[in-house]
Amino acid sequence: MTIRIAVLAKQVPDPEIPPSQFNIDESAKSIIPPNGVPPVVNGFDLNAVEGALQLRDSGAEVEISIISVGAEFVMDVMKKTLAMGADRLILVDDHNLDKIDAAATVKILSAAINKDGPFDLIIGGRQASDWDQAHVIIGLAEALKLPLVSLVQKLQINEYGISLHRVVPDGYQVINSKMPAVLTITNELGEPRYPNLRGIMQASKKIPDVLSLADLGLSAEDLVPKLELSKLYVPESNRQVEIVNGDDDADSGKKLALRMREEKLI
Amino acid sequence: MTSVLLIGECDQNGEITQATLQAITAAMGLDDPRITAVFPGRPPELAKRLPIDSIVIASEVTDSDDGIFEQATADISSLLLAKKPDVILLSKSDLGSIVGARLAFRADIAFVPDCLEISNSKGQLTVIRPVYGGSALAEFIVPSYPAVVTLRPGSYYPADEDGAPSIDSIEFQNVEPSALVVDTVAEVREGIRLEEAKVVVSGGRGLGGPEPFSVLENIADELGGAVGASRAACDAGWIDHSHQVGLTGKSVSPDVYIAVGISGASQHMAGCSSSRAIVAINTDPDSNIFREARFGVVGDWENVLPSFLDAVRELKA
Ligand SMILES: Cc1cc2nc3c(=O)[nH]c(=O)nc-3n(C[C@H](O)[C@H](O)[C@H](O)COP(=O)(O)OP(=O)(O)OC[C@H]3O[C@@H](n4cnc5c(N)ncnc54)[C@H](O)[C@@H]3O)c2cc1C
Repeated sequence: MTIRIAVLAKQVPDPEIPPSQFNIDESAKSIIPPNGVPPVVNGFDLNAVEGALQLRDSGAEVEISIISVGAEFVMDVMKKTLAMGADRLILVDDHNLDKIDAAATVKILSAAINKDGPFDLIIGGRQASDWDQAHVIIGLAEALKLPLVSLVQKLQINEYGISLHRVVPDGYQVINSKMPAVLTITNELGEPRYPNLRGIMQASKKIPDVLSLADLGLSAEDLVPKLELSKLYVPESNRQVEIVNGDDDADSGKKLALRMREEKLI
Repeated sequence: MTSVLLIGECDQNGEITQATLQAITAAMGLDDPRITAVFPGRPPELAKRLPIDSIVIASEVTDSDDGIFEQATADISSLLLAKKPDVILLSKSDLGSIVGARLAFRADIAFVPDCLEISNSKGQLTVIRPVYGGSALAEFIVPSYPAVVTLRPGSYYPADEDGAPSIDSIEFQNVEPSALVVDTVAEVREGIRLEEAKVVVSGGRGLGGPEPFSVLENIADELGGAVGASRAACDAGWIDHSHQVGLTGKSVSPDVYIAVGISGASQHMAGCSSSRAIVAINTDPDSNIFREARFGVVGDWENVLPSFLDAVRELKA
């Protein structure tokens, strides 16, 4: 029996933009990506794709559908998930969708999942690196009324359904869950695999399903935000560093200890 | 008046967490607050002296510690219906992050996680939270109550006054768990807990491998501190992930945070920027960590750390 997996993935600005090149347009309340830096698939979502692929590697027959909600998709970026080994790519693309809040995202995702489902597993990254909210997938579990296991670092099909290792502050839990279930995946699962040439070739031939809000039976009125973004700005740092300079590195180390002592830090 | 429902937590020793005491301070700053606290499970004796108006105790203890917080979510959801609070405050802990989001979506109300500041006036809530890994701050307005908010640890001082809350008992319904925790594997850790340490010595990719972490451990031992790490060092497998400091790791606010071979990415700083003083050791003078640090050495850790450790030992002697 094929296990149907929906992996939710988001296109985000590259989170590794160095702080010195990170700029905000305060009046538009949006980030200005530095020239020539393309967006990426949210890193934790790639961990989620990797998790789904690991189930396939372990011998289970799986079908992996990537579902993404957003605006201005860059096809080469989103197709990385197909190149890694996912089977299908579903994009809910609407120019209004870069300004919606998490509650609206949950509505759209659950409509897309219901349209294309049923799925045995619905998984996504632990959080997205743009708004860092970490609650869309949790909200989705509530909307779909399914069990939720967050921060999964290992997953394996077993006789109960699925066995999961969930990261907790000082170790991990081993959890048995029924399927269908909703999971969030954390980077402890391991690096997402690099697409190989064959994967890239196959991905280039695949055509994503592009859906509009209307295709999902939704309209802008269904997506009224619960929060209003009133300001977006880069915080000012007024810290002034004192560089401790010795004759050489070793001397600097010694002087550092003395300076810290003078300031009663040690 | 603002009615606040505060979800309190205890640590392994049964002590109220610092993050909970900080959330009380945040609640006390709201407009004419009436604060009710609930501690999923049984509240600690100490809760009866918190500077709040009331505490809710379950008349019959439900198994709130089912591992994935399904019972806690159900308990608090039923409290929402009974108490109709304006603001529900949690700390950004494992429990707070999950229960906060589940509650809000179950009740179809606003949720704002990981906030640094919260204020309100005239029935409208304003919060500030970091976004883009901490590279930017966003101010949000929640136009109507109720709203669920989680607070980043270290954003407020812990409340330290005494009070005499009234005690309210309520009956909760047991829920059938949908997933079962069959085992918990704890990382064995000796010494001071990272979250409580007054000194944290953290290493990053610049350390180049697992061995140098023993040097950091020696320094931490000498200063009575704990060892932390960047995500890059954890992902490389040089040290267990439970040592990770940052946005998706632990939040620490020690007196001194020593960052060795760490570039100071915003997501790392998110977990340590409320430290009293940051000290950086890094070969790259342009590294972002020097923009955040109070003291810095531009140099190779291999040469800097041994003499630093010797000097620390001498100063102690
Ligand atoms: C959503 C999201 C969440 C994240 N969460 C976290 C998190 O919780 N915690 C976290 O840490 N990161 C997190 N990250 C990752 C973060 O963006 C950085 O990639 C990471 O912090 C980099 O780690 P680093 O500083 O060790 O490595 P690098 O950035 O590679 O820096 C290594 C530094 O070592 C210096 N160095 C090299 N050799 C030496 C030497 N011999 N002596 C001294 N210095 C030397 C270099 O100059 C450099 O500055 C997250 C990223 C995302 C997108």
